Amino acid sequence: MLNKDGVPSLDQIKTCFPNLESLQKPKAIIECYEEIPCNPCSTSCPFKAIYIGPNINKRPQVDFNKCTGCGVCVYSCPGLAISVAQLVGKEVRFKISYEFLPLPQVGEIWTAINRSGQMIGKAKIEKVTLTKVQDKTALIQVLVDSSLLYDFITVGKKI
Amino acid sequence: MIKRALVVIGGGPAGLCAAKIAAEAGQPVLLIDRNPYLGGQLIKQTHMFFGSEKQYAKTRGFQIARNFLAELEQASQLVEIWTDATVVGLYPDFVVTVYRHNQYLKVQAEAIIVATGASEKVLAFENNDLPGIYGAGAVQTLMNVYGVKPGHQVVMVGSGNIGLIVSYQLLQAGVEVVCILEAAPTIGGYKVHASKLRRLGVEIYTSRTIKKALGKEAVEKIITVALDEKWQEIPGSEREFAVDAVCIAVGLTPLTNVLGMMGVKMKYVSELGGLVPMTNDYYETSIPHLFVCGDAAGIEEASSAIVEGNLAGLAACYKLGKSHPHHQKLVADYQEQLRILREGPFGVKIRQGLAKLGGLEDVK
Repeated sequence: MLNKDGVPSLDQIKTCFPNLESLQKPKAIIECYEEIPCNPCSTSCPFKAIYIGPNINKRPQVDFNKCTGCGVCVYSCPGLAISVAQLVGKEVRFKISYEFLPLPQVGEIWTAINRSGQMIGKAKIEKVTLTKVQDKTALIQVLVDSSLLYDFITVGKKI
Repeated sequence: MIKRALVVIGGGPAGLCAAKIAAEAGQPVLLIDRNPYLGGQLIKQTHMFFGSEKQYAKTRGFQIARNFLAELEQASQLVEIWTDATVVGLYPDFVVTVYRHNQYLKVQAEAIIVATGASEKVLAFENNDLPGIYGAGAVQTLMNVYGVKPGHQVVMVGSGNIGLIVSYQLLQAGVEVVCILEAAPTIGGYKVHASKLRRLGVEIYTSRTIKKALGKEAVEKIITVALDEKWQEIPGSEREFAVDAVCIAVGLTPLTNVLGMMGVKMKYVSELGGLVPMTNDYYETSIPHLFVCGDAAGIEEASSAIVEGNLAGLAACYKLGKSHPHHQKLVADYQEQLRILREGPFGVKIRQGLAKLGGLEDVK
């Protein structure tokens, strides 16, 4: 339970995803389950696809029609609660935020990790970006098996 | 006797903002801090801040401190800074006594802003004085100021935002966080922080606390115990963890000693962290021209301290006859920012605390 151990339920997780058809294109998945005073995701979105409004305690609402899955919100979120997901054949392409060293390198295979910290499969590292504007929060693009769509959250270690 | 119209005590987020806006209003200000550097707790905060752009959200804490300092430097003709200077007394005739560089100095002020921040609460358990048992502030100072690992296997006691954030920073420093203990039945801090730790494999145990620490020269292991809904230990629920460090993050209490010397009206309000001074809407205490802001006025997030510092700074300038050219507009804007920051579910406790504390009428 989110309140007890920090792990959201599958039902909670699914509320953050658009339908599978929309996921043919990359879309932001915002796992911000409680009202906290915070709005950088909304103000950083270049496409005005994330709405919070004047009361910054409100939870962000994503307009999946406007969201291009660019990933700016992923590294702008102070809670590291945002990823981008896209279905690509039998795989899912995720963009995740990452703040540890050493950074994964393109081409490496890392463990795929779920929200409880358990290994659930493998993640192929496709792209690693860390520009100045990202301010030390790297953006890692990975491919994982599509069965992990609602389970994958981060990478653990290099295999 | 040194004469300075406006003295700000404490160079953390609240004090820096108070000094900054005073300078902006054209009011000369003396900023005193006991540390060798300004920034207070900000300089240890390596995480991105929450809030809105107005409170520098998305910027890392230490960077916010750097930005503030750069702005103060721009106004260096109006801002005098004393670091390594400890305020040791505050007297009813507005004399501030300061111990600095082996000298005892007396400053005659016309208005004073107290932004002394908070101190950490401690937790009573057997052997809590063993080496290796730290407060969260000490762990952050060691790691993020001096680059020293506080241990290799740490248990975090407390799951408020400080406990969660420091746990994440420990992991980033390559330290194993064995688990996080929370005596309450639910996690105290933001769930996004908790989720971030959980996915990195850190277990969070709610309704469980530390019972005792064991070790010869230093802490070697701890015994934890589960608590029932009445916060009573459940016999037989003890669990041992091997650790070489314990980090205590069980809350903060306002640092109001100097206000006590002045005899300002205070009240004990547990929701705000303990004994807190009563103020009016402009952060002026029961003694005219004496202001308080930031955690010293009641424990909240740093974003609120930033806003309160600005409000206290504006009000002090007004009282000194040096009103900021946009005084009215700025006061309204900062008050609105505070209202919004306290509006959500995490503001409930603060709102209750402030209601209990009650406000003072504006002293004209």
